[in-house]
Amino acid sequence: MDFQKELDARGLNCPLPILRCKKALAEITDGQVLKVMATDPGSVKDFQAFCKQTGHELLSLETHEKEFIFHIRKQVKP
Amino acid sequence: MSKKLALIASKGTLDWAYPPFILASTAAALDYEVQVFFTFYGLTLLKKDISDLKVSPLGNPGMPMPVPMPNLVQMIPGMESMATMMMKQKIASKGVASIEDLRAACLESGVKLIACQMTVDLFDFKPEDFVEGVEFGGAATFFEFAGESDVNLFI
Repeated sequence: MDFQKELDARGLNCPLPILRCKKALAEITDGQVLKVMATDPGSVKDFQAFCKQTGHELLSLETHEKEFIFHIRKQVKP
Repeated sequence: MSKKLALIASKGTLDWAYPPFILASTAAALDYEVQVFFTFYGLTLLKKDISDLKVSPLGNPGMPMPVPMPNLVQMIPGMESMATMMMKQKIASKGVASIEDLRAACLESGVKLIACQMTVDLFDFKPEDFVEGVEFGGAATFFEFAGESDVNLFI
């Protein structure tokens, strides 16, 4: 999947992946895609909850052994 | 309009420093407007230097210990420093954020940190003891925000 920015949050624990993701999203423009890599098992639910509450779109969630990869499209503000 | 979170942080130990700063920084990331009201021992968390926060196994039977330890042993001088050192090592090895980092994240994302004026006076703290950005107020100040908040927690 295409993405415009990548965030390596591997090895970080709650709530750091979410905080770093929020920062990274601020650095791309509306509609662009951020790829996040994480190892925190709690991040699976947390990223779903984060997207649901903020309006960003969780395009995909993949699990590779103990690693999780998220693609998040930044919300397009009307 | 964004949701609002109001927290009261009343404890000043290394372990209890986590809940208010984790919740406040995360809520800010979720676009909440956040205010944390620091009172009594919670004021310690607003000091410029918070590298000396401690955790004590004393009076905390729920704290996981490598070996079972009677209270009498936990009272021995140096045990608190040892427990703190072990906790900090654990925090670093598990990729858990430091309190300094979480507090910085809060300030950076616009979380309002309010020091309870009454306890500041009670403990003879000076405004210059605290990290930059801290505001001062009383119970009425807290309610002005808490009264219209979506989530209110006492920690």
